[in-house]
Amino acid sequence: MIIVTVGTQLPFDRLIKMMDDIAPDLGKPVMAQTGVGTYTCRNIQAAANYSPIEFDDYVKKCDVLVAHAGMGTVLKAYKYRKPIIIVPRKAALGEHRNDHQIATVSQLRSRIGIHAAETEEELRSLLSRDLEPALVTNDMLERRGQLVGFVRNLVA
Amino acid sequence: MTKVLAVASMGGHWEQLQIVAEAFDDKDAVFVTTTQDLLKQANRQGFVVKDCNRNRPGDTLTCVWQCIKIIRNVRPNVIISTGAAPGLICLVLGRLTGAKTIWIDSFANVEKLSMSGKIAGYIVHEWLTQWKHLATPKGPFYRGELL
Repeated sequence: MIIVTVGTQLPFDRLIKMMDDIAPDLGKPVMAQTGVGTYTCRNIQAAANYSPIEFDDYVKKCDVLVAHAGMGTVLKAYKYRKPIIIVPRKAALGEHRNDHQIATVSQLRSRIGIHAAETEEELRSLLSRDLEPALVTNDMLERRGQLVGFVRNLVA
Repeated sequence: MTKVLAVASMGGHWEQLQIVAEAFDDKDAVFVTTTQDLLKQANRQGFVVKDCNRNRPGDTLTCVWQCIKIIRNVRPNVIISTGAAPGLICLVLGRLTGAKTIWIDSFANVEKLSMSGKIAGYIVHEWLTQWKHLATPKGPFYRGELL
């Protein structure tokens, strides 16, 4: 199963529509959390919002996550060791207030298991491959431990 | 015992707060977010406030009022937020009531701090970014990252 999610705050119908167009060629079920978008899916099971608990259950079972470049979903990919394809929202297309997701993608795309796409062609190409899952590395754990330790001292 | 108020809006802000929360596992922590389901899922005690931003003045007023009630009720010694607007509101109120205040700007803000993050810089005791290249000698400071 492939899960598509675009967060809950802003529409990202361009991504939902690309995945809706690709879905019939994938040979596996696709489901989408479309948030506040208005595009009506023809080929994929879609809902505006799943409850956080229900959504996590789907993530646990999925093969790949396809998402906007939101931190919540990237962290879930790490948590459940899933491959994730992130597609940045573009301000010029009215998809966000600014282009910070493009910057986020350029920083994250070199990481293990985080894949980036901008076009339907790139999405198709990635989805036809066996993708590596997101992996929390020792470097990450060290930097995380540093910040958690700093906060622990502040709170003590 | 130290009482911690930990505040984050739903989505990435909340997920980042859940990671840093390990730092106060052994403390009396109360969480504030913008949807009830997240408290339930993470098995946290806490409160829900109206999500808001600078483009929604009505919601912002509601949120401020809710945060005032929460802080009066909880009386935290420390307030920490990973964003966004409701977190900033709690930090401002917390500063007025003498709490130690901590802002961790979201990992998502790679090129510059969020608007809330910039404002937090004038208010909080500990002003943190998760990106080394955004840190400056006068803050925000880099002390590690969550992702």
